[in-house]
Amino acid sequence: MERDPTVCVIGEDVGHYGGSYKVTKGMAEKFGDLRLLDTPIAENSFTGMAIGAAMTGLRPIVEGMNMGFLLLAFNQIANNCGMLHYTSGGQFTIPIVIRGPGGVGKQLGAEHSQRLESYFQSVPGLQMVACSTPYNAKGLMKAAIRSENPVILFEHVLLYNLKERIPDEEYVLCLEEAELVRPGQDITILTYSRMRHHVLQAVKTLVSKGYDPEVIDIRSLKPFDLFAIGNSVKKTHKVLIVEECMRTGGIGASLRAAIMENFFDELDAPIGCLSSQDVPTPYAGPLEDLTVVQPPQIVFAVEQLCKH
Amino acid sequence: MYETMAILQTMDNLYYEAQRQGRISFYVTSIGEEAINVASAAALSSDDLIFPQYREQGVLLWRGFTLKDFASQCFANDEDSGKGRQMPVHYGSKKLNYITVSSTVGTQLPHAVGAAYSLKMAKEEACTVAYFGDGGTSEGDFHAAMNFASVLEVPVLFICRNNGWAISTPASDQYRSDGVVVKGQAYGIRSFRVDGNDTLAMYSCVQAARKMAIEESRPILIEALTYRIGHHTTSDDSSKYRSITEMERWKSLRDPVIRFRKWLEGNAWWDEVAERRLRATARNEVITTMVRAEILKKPPLSDLFKDVYDSVPVHLQEQEAYVRSTVTRHPKDHPSDVPL
Repeated sequence: MERDPTVCVIGEDVGHYGGSYKVTKGMAEKFGDLRLLDTPIAENSFTGMAIGAAMTGLRPIVEGMNMGFLLLAFNQIANNCGMLHYTSGGQFTIPIVIRGPGGVGKQLGAEHSQRLESYFQSVPGLQMVACSTPYNAKGLMKAAIRSENPVILFEHVLLYNLKERIPDEEYVLCLEEAELVRPGQDITILTYSRMRHHVLQAVKTLVSKGYDPEVIDIRSLKPFDLFAIGNSVKKTHKVLIVEECMRTGGIGASLRAAIMENFFDELDAPIGCLSSQDVPTPYAGPLEDLTVVQPPQIVFAVEQLCKH
Repeated sequence: MYETMAILQTMDNLYYEAQRQGRISFYVTSIGEEAINVASAAALSSDDLIFPQYREQGVLLWRGFTLKDFASQCFANDEDSGKGRQMPVHYGSKKLNYITVSSTVGTQLPHAVGAAYSLKMAKEEACTVAYFGDGGTSEGDFHAAMNFASVLEVPVLFICRNNGWAISTPASDQYRSDGVVVKGQAYGIRSFRVDGNDTLAMYSCVQAARKMAIEESRPILIEALTYRIGHHTTSDDSSKYRSITEMERWKSLRDPVIRFRKWLEGNAWWDEVAERRLRATARNEVITTMVRAEILKKPPLSDLFKDVYDSVPVHLQEQEAYVRSTVTRHPKDHPSDVPL
C-alpha cells in the first residue's frame, strides 16, 4: 500500500477495527479511511463496487470477513469479475484481490466453516491461490496485488497465529508455482492450506517408520502447477492428495483428473485423496475433528499406497 | 440531440427487422426512450463513466460510437472491439468511457459506486452514471449500491428509466412504493422525478444533477418516467401481455422523438425537408454498415482463448491446441469465415 496509492482495502470492519482477524490492524490510522474502506453489510455489492473500482484504475483488495460470506458475492464474482476482461474484448481489466479467512476452524459452526475453493474453481478468468505460512502469505499477497488478473487468495482461520521468521525486505512469490516442502522418494503428497501442517505432522510419524515422503504444497489452486507436480510423480510414482474441502467436486477431484490425464503412465497406484466428508461442519468439537483429515489417517493412507 | 434521436430510432428499427430476418440472433430496441438516452448523454461530459444496463445505445451513439461500430458488435465480426465475445447490444468502449454491458440486472450499480469511489480518491472532476430500469430496482444490488453511495459520499448519478414494464411485469407488480424516487429518499439521497419523454427537461435535470454530484461529492437519483414502446427484446412479443391499443397510443401520441421534433419545428429550426433528408441518410448509412458488417470475417480462433487472463496460461494453451487439432482433422466442418 505504501508503494502504490491505487491499492486499497474494501470490506466490513477493515478500517479502525482492523478487521475481524486483525489483518488490517493499524492500517486505517496510517493510510486513511478512504483506502481502508469500511462497508455496509452487502457482500455482493461491495464486491461489485471493487470490480467497478478495479475497472477504472484502482487495485482493490476485497476482504470477506469470513470467506463463506463471499457466497453472497457469487453473482458478481462469477458473472462479472471473471468475465468482463474477456467479454469487453480485453478493454477492461479487473486487477482485484478477493481474500479472507476460510476453512474449518475451531467450532465455528457450519456457516463459518465454508471452503469456497471448490465452487470458484470452475469460473473462467479467476486465479486461486492458498497461503499456508507467514512466508508464503506475504509473498503470495504481494503477487496477487500486482497481478492484472482477479485473484482469490484463500487464508485459513486457524493459521493466523503462526509465527515464523520472514525477510523484512520485499519479495514476491509466483502465483502459479507450487512449493516443495520436503523432498522425498517414496510418495508424492499434495496438499494446501491448513492440511499442509497436518501432513507435516504425519510425516514425522512416517519418517520414524522408515518412509520418505515428498511433500508439495500446491499453493496454486487454479491453475495447478503441473510442472512441479509432474516432476514429483515421475520420481515417486505414487500420489496422495490431502485437502480440507469436501470430497465431491473439490480441488482434489480436479487435481486427480489432471494428474491421471497427464501422468497416467507414471503411476504405480491409483491416486489417493483424503478430503473432508460431504457434511456441513458440526459444532461439537470431536464431531468437527472427525470431518477433517487427521494425521493418523494420512499415515495410514501413505502406508496403504506404498504397498503397491 | 434531435438528429441523434432520429438516427437511434432508424438504427433500432432496422436492427429489429434484421433480427426478424434471421441476420442477427438478438436485439434490444430503445424505442420510446430516445429522449432519456440522448438528452442525458448530452448533459454529461465525456469524462463521466457510463455503467449501462442494456437499453442505452443512444448514450453510446451520442458519445461517438459509429454505425460501423454498432454493426461490428451485432454481427460479431473481426472489427468488433469486444472481439465477438458478447451478444448483440452488449457494447463496451473504454475509449468512450462506456463500460461493457453485462446482462445481469443491477450488477452495474455497485460497479458505478466503486468507480465513483475511484474518482473521488483521484479527485477527478467527473462522475459515474448508472442506468437501470424499474425492474432493476428490485435487485439487492440496487439497494446496497444506493446505500453505499450515500454513506461513502461519492459522485454517482443513478438514472432509472422507469418505462413501466420489466418484460411482462408491470410496475404495479414490481413495487408498491410511489415509484422509484421515494427509494432514494430512504437512503438519504437527493432524488428527482422527471418526464423522461421531455428532451429538454431530461437534459436540464441531468445537467443539474451532475453539477451537484461532482461539486458536493454525493449521489443523485433520477427517476425518468417513460414508456417502453417496443418489446423487451426480440425474444419478446409484448402484445401477449399488454394491449395493442396501449402501445399504439404511446407510439402515436407520446413519442418523445415526435414531441421534440414538433417543438423544433415550432421554433423554425427544423422542417419536413430536413426530416426526410435525415431519415433517408440515416437509413442508408445503417443499411450500408449492416450489409458490410454481415460479410466480414469473424474474429479468429486465435482470439478465443485470449483475455481470459492477461496471458494465456498452460491449461488454456492445451485446450486451444486440442480445438485446433479438431479443426485440422475435420477441415470441411470448420466455417470459412472464421480465420485460424
